[in-house]
Amino acid sequence: MATGDRHADVGSTDRTWRRPTAFGSHRLKWAVYVGAMLFVLWSLVSLLSGVSLGRVLTGVNNGVLLLEAMVPPNTASENVDRVVGYMGETIAMAFVATFTGVLISVPIAFGAAENIAPRPIYYLNRGIISITRAIDELIIAIIAVKAVGVGPLAGIIAISYLTIGFFSKLFAEDIEDIDMGAKEAIDAAGASRFQTLVYAVIPQVAPRFIGLTVYRWDINIRSSTIIGIVGAGGIGTLLLRAFERYEFDFAALILFSIIAVVLVGELFSAYIRRRVQ
Amino acid sequence: MLEVTNLRKVYPTGDEALTGVSTAIEGNEIVAMIGPSGAGKSTFIRCVNKLTEPTDGEVSLNGTELTALDSREMKAARRNIGMVFQEYNLVERHTVMENVLSGRLGYVSNWAALRRKFPQEDVELAYDILETVGLGGMENKRADELSGGQRQRVGIARAVVQEPTILLADEPTSSLDPETSHAVMELLTEIAAERNIPVLINIHEVHLAVEYADRILGLHDGTLVFDGPTTDLDENAKDVIYRGEAIAGESSSNFVDESDTVTDDAERTERSAITGD
Repeated sequence: MATGDRHADVGSTDRTWRRPTAFGSHRLKWAVYVGAMLFVLWSLVSLLSGVSLGRVLTGVNNGVLLLEAMVPPNTASENVDRVVGYMGETIAMAFVATFTGVLISVPIAFGAAENIAPRPIYYLNRGIISITRAIDELIIAIIAVKAVGVGPLAGIIAISYLTIGFFSKLFAEDIEDIDMGAKEAIDAAGASRFQTLVYAVIPQVAPRFIGLTVYRWDINIRSSTIIGIVGAGGIGTLLLRAFERYEFDFAALILFSIIAVVLVGELFSAYIRRRVQ
Repeated sequence: MLEVTNLRKVYPTGDEALTGVSTAIEGNEIVAMIGPSGAGKSTFIRCVNKLTEPTDGEVSLNGTELTALDSREMKAARRNIGMVFQEYNLVERHTVMENVLSGRLGYVSNWAALRRKFPQEDVELAYDILETVGLGGMENKRADELSGGQRQRVGIARAVVQEPTILLADEPTSSLDPETSHAVMELLTEIAAERNIPVLINIHEVHLAVEYADRILGLHDGTLVFDGPTTDLDENAKDVIYRGEAIAGESSSNFVDESDTVTDDAERTERSAITGD
């Protein structure tokens, strides 16, 4: 009887349940939600306050005119030749930049893998990765153009640089995921650090290395199509020029060629990655 | 001969895994180290080849004091210590032969390791040992195609190909079914006899220890509480090892630490109540 009473007491006071919230308290949760809604409203009001209905209609009208000027794409043979030439440069840039970028990334990735690098080297390489990832590709491209002049070399430098941040970080994470037991066993046989690396670590990460390289190559193709906008070579140069001269039908041809090349690159990359993993 | 004197290990967390263990292992005896989980069995075996760095005490193998060696000398010394692991610790993507030959890495150059180019006599030795462990003709299978028992045989072959002067086995049967466990224990005892080397086996299956070992080391809470021939391992001794106290009225000359066998009156009464004496 006494036990029954105690149960009843607990039930009446402390037995309601609400799903705990990540914010700590439900009141705070609602405050954050309301705050976020007010912020979105404020942004809309302040951005659109100067926009009249007439302005919107003109904008839409201009957009339609632009699209009309773009179809059909101008497929005059000298235009096609130029697109093919610049597209060749674009793809070559992506290849060279992927190669150099990955080459530089590999030692950084091994240095940034917590499970195999000594502490100070780990922090150094993690630092390098964070810094390279901090700046966007177009900014790097602008700096590269200022440094080495207009042309594909600037593009190669910019894209290689971007490859480092991406590739080293993801590859380092893959190295951290290896089975350390195998490495330990090789250590226990009296192997040197280098031998352990080539015998126990690299075989485990080789498929991921190929997959990541192809993936980055596919991203680099996309990057090298845009990077010409700031003068760093490739098909972007041609695109910018076409827009500046109001050759919208030519611009359309370039855009279609970019879509085609990026799609083919993506399909190829997906196929290779599926095969190796 | 392996001599361990006052081996102590305190982990950074403050856990004292070994409290000063001394013993010696020689000839071609099979020594089984038993004890409850967390007693320090693995720590002990890993301190021998310094996969875990001991805090205090001495380990010497055939007159060389391992605890005094720097990391380069230790790598050379590890070539004489074969180790078999609970989870086999093979490089899964490597072939059986590559895994076995990794036991010879301590004797070849980095360049040779990179090209998987081992001296002919190493390759022949590997073939012979694969035959011994019952994996003849399997050299080109990938490790991840093998069953657990087969993998452990590869693990043993890798340790034996080192031509070690002692074999350490850290829970070699824990991941295997009972039948395969027997086969692996038989293999280890055969190897000890054939190559005339001692084998130190960590094991938690007492019946396997009793069946195959010549001598038993009993570890309880980081302290060696039993060290004697297998025939002396009676119920009382097991009680000391697994519960840290002896049954009243019985004693054995093999208890290492006298104080552990002494039980006060209160404990004695308690024990009687449990066992129904």
